[in-house]
Amino acid sequence: MALNESALWTVSVSPHVKSGESVEKIMWTVVACLIPPLILSIFIFGIQTLIITLISVGSCVATEAISQKLLHRPVTVRDGSAVITGLLLAYIIPPGVPYWLPVLGSIMAIYVAKHLLGGIGFNIFNPALIGRAFLLATFPVAMTSAWLPPIRDASIFKYMGPGVDAVSTATPLYILKHYGIGAVMEKFGSMSTIYADFFVGWRPGCIGETSTLLLLVGGIFLLYKGYISWHIPISTIVTIAFLTWIFGGEKLFTGNPLLAVLSGGVILGAFFMATDYVTSPSQKTGQLIFGAGVGALTVLIRLKGGYPEGVCYAILLMNGVSPALDAWFKPKRFAPEKGAIK
Amino acid sequence: MNQTLLTFPKGGVHPPESKELTEHLPVEPLPLPEEVEILLHQHFGAPCKSLVKKKDEIMEGDLLGEVEAGLGASIHASVSGKVKNVGTSAHPISVSAPSVTIQTDPVAKPREYSPGDWKALSKDEILGRIKSAGIVGIGGAGFPTHVKLAPPPEAKVDTLILNGAECEPYLTCDHRLMLEHPEQVVEGAKIILSVLGIDECHIGIEANKADAIEAMAKAARDASSNGTRIRVDALKVKYPQGSEKQLIQSITGRRVPGFGLPFDVGVIVQNVGTARAIYEAVVLNKPLYEKVITVSGRGIQRPANLLVRIGTRLSDIVSYLGGTKPDLAKVVMGGPMMGFAIPTLDVPVTKTTSGVLFLTEDEIDTKPHSNCIRCGWCLEACPMGLAPNEIGIYVEAGRAEDTAQFGVFECFECGCCAFVCPAKRPLVQFIRLAKMKAKK
Repeated sequence: MALNESALWTVSVSPHVKSGESVEKIMWTVVACLIPPLILSIFIFGIQTLIITLISVGSCVATEAISQKLLHRPVTVRDGSAVITGLLLAYIIPPGVPYWLPVLGSIMAIYVAKHLLGGIGFNIFNPALIGRAFLLATFPVAMTSAWLPPIRDASIFKYMGPGVDAVSTATPLYILKHYGIGAVMEKFGSMSTIYADFFVGWRPGCIGETSTLLLLVGGIFLLYKGYISWHIPISTIVTIAFLTWIFGGEKLFTGNPLLAVLSGGVILGAFFMATDYVTSPSQKTGQLIFGAGVGALTVLIRLKGGYPEGVCYAILLMNGVSPALDAWFKPKRFAPEKGAIK
Repeated sequence: MNQTLLTFPKGGVHPPESKELTEHLPVEPLPLPEEVEILLHQHFGAPCKSLVKKKDEIMEGDLLGEVEAGLGASIHASVSGKVKNVGTSAHPISVSAPSVTIQTDPVAKPREYSPGDWKALSKDEILGRIKSAGIVGIGGAGFPTHVKLAPPPEAKVDTLILNGAECEPYLTCDHRLMLEHPEQVVEGAKIILSVLGIDECHIGIEANKADAIEAMAKAARDASSNGTRIRVDALKVKYPQGSEKQLIQSITGRRVPGFGLPFDVGVIVQNVGTARAIYEAVVLNKPLYEKVITVSGRGIQRPANLLVRIGTRLSDIVSYLGGTKPDLAKVVMGGPMMGFAIPTLDVPVTKTTSGVLFLTEDEIDTKPHSNCIRCGWCLEACPMGLAPNEIGIYVEAGRAEDTAQFGVFECFECGCCAFVCPAKRPLVQFIRLAKMKAKK
C-alpha cells in the first residue's frame, strides 16, 4: 500500500482550487503594458526619459523596501506595485526635469502616501499622483516649464548635457488655455496634422502621457485580460469629451472634444491611474460615477482653474470620494426581503 | 428538453472541471471492507443513540440507531457481521461523533430486495418508508427527507426540482447515476410528486453531461403520462449552478427570500441521488446504507466512481484503488469548492459524502494571502450579491460583529469569492468567523 502515514497534507478551508490569477501577475502585466510608451518616449524626448524613469522606479522600489523594513512589515517589492508607481510617477513629470526630482517624488509617493497609510490596499490616494502633486507644489518651476519639443530625427541624445532650458517649449493645453486654438494650430500645424501627431505621441508633454496610441493598446489589453473594466476609463473619457464640447469653445457647443482627449494625461490617467483598484470604487455603479467625476473635475480645472491640465488633481479628488461611493453603491443582493415573494 | 441553456444571472465562476478523470468510468461496487465504522450522526439534527451493543450479531440493513425526538434520521448497518465497538470516531466535518464499528462477516449472504407496487401505498405510508429507511439529502446538507417532503400546509408547493447539476469540479457520481439508472431516478421523482400531490417536475442538469441529459430525457418522456409532467432542463455550465437558490432561479425564475426556504416560493429541491434513494426505500423497502461516490484527483493511482457501503474508511478505498501518488498534497471530502480538507484517511464515508479528492500541489493553491487590493472581483463573482471583500477587511480589523450589513448570513460558502481573489484571501474562513460573531 502506497499510503504514507508520515505524509503531511495541507488542511485548509475551502475552496481548494483557485483561479490562476494573483496580485503579482496583475501588477507585472500592467508593467508590461506600460513599457511601449516608455520606449517611444525615448524617440520623442530623448534618452533622458529612460534615465528619469529608471531613477523613479529604482527609488520607488528602494523606498518600498526601506519603508517596510522600518515599519517591521514583510518586504513585498516583488509584487510589482512599487514598480508601477515608479513608472507612473516618471510618466507624469516633464522630460526636462533634473534627475534628483523623481527621487523626492518617489519617497513622497511610497513612504508617505502608501506605507504610512497602511501599505498596499490601504492607501486612500494614488501614490504616483501624490508624488506628482508634491513635486508640483514644491518645485513648480521645474514641473511646469521643463517641456521639450519632440525630436523628429531620432537624435535621442539631443537634450543631454547643458543648454536644455534654452529649448524648452509649452504644452498644447497651456497654449490653448492662454492663447486659444488659433495659437495651437500656428504652433503644431493643421488640425489633421495635430490629430495624427498627438495620436501617435509627437507633442510636448509629460514623459509617458503623449502616445494615445500605445497607451490605448496597453489599456485595451488590460480590458481584454479582465484586469480593468471599461467603466472608469470610458466614463472619464466620455465626460471630458462631452463637457469640453459644451464648455470648451468660445461659445457653448463649440469646444474640440478630440483635442481635449488627445492632450494632457487623459488616456494615461483614465486607463492606468483612475483604474487603480485600491483608490477607485469596487462596484460598477460607483465606478461610472467615479469616472464621470474625474472627467468633470478635469474639465473644470482645465477651463476655470489655475493649471492648464487637471487630470492629476481630478483623480486625487475623486480618490477621496471613492470610499463613500463604495458605501453608497453596494452590490444588488440576490435575495428579496422575506415576505416579498415572487 | 429545453434547447436554450438556463442559468442564474448574478455572479458565478468557471473553475477547471477535471471531470474527464472519471466521467466515462462506470460505477463499480467496492468489495466489502473488513470492517465499517458507521457514524450515528450523518444528518442535520441530533445524533442517534446506538440500539446495538458490542458483540451483537447483526444483518446488513438492520437498524443501528433511531431518532428519539426532533430532527434526525435512522442509521442502518451497511454490512452483516459482529459489532466490534460502540464508541466515538473521527467525523469529516464535526471532528468527532458517536459510532458503531462492525466487523464484516465475509460469508454472509447479501440481503435481497424485491420491488413492490408503491402506487398502492398511502402518502403517510410512503413518508413512513422514507423515514424508516433513513433517507437524508445526500447531495450535501443531510436534511432528513421525510421532513422536507412534508412542508407546512401554508406553503403552496407546485414544483419539484431534481438537482442533477453536479456543478462541483471533479465529481461525477450524479452523472453516472443518471446515465446508468435514469428510470430509477425518475421513478423516485414520481414518488416525490405523489407525496407532494403535485404533477410538475424539472430535472436540472449542466450541459457538460450530454449523455446523462439524453438518458434522463428519455426516462422522463417515458414516465410523463396522465398529467405528470417531468422534463429535463439543460443548464449552463457555471458554478454554483447546483446551489439550491441558484438552481431554483435558473429553472423557475423565482428568488428565494433571505432567511427563506425553497417552499416559500413553491419549490422543493431534491438531489438526483436522493431521488434514487427514495426509489430504493419505497419500491424495494431498502434502507440507505450504500451510495455512489467519486474518488478522483491527480493524487490517486486510479480514479473511479464507486458504490460503497456507508462507514467504509477512506483508507480501504485508497488501498483498493492502488494507493496515493507521492505528490499528493491535500485530501478533500466533497467537491473542491465546498468540500472539507481532512488530515487523515481514518475517516468513514457518510450518507452525504459525494466524493473524495486526492489533490496534488499543481491542483491546489497554497500561496500565502496578502492585503485586499480592492479589485472588486469577489463582488462580481458572488452569486448572492454580497461584499466578501468588506467582510474580510472587517474581520481582520477585529470588527466581525459588524458584518451583517454585508449580508454575511445569506452566504452559503460556495467559495466563488475566494476562488477569484488574486490576493488569495481566505474569504470563506473570514465569513465563517463573521457568522459566529455577527449579530443578526
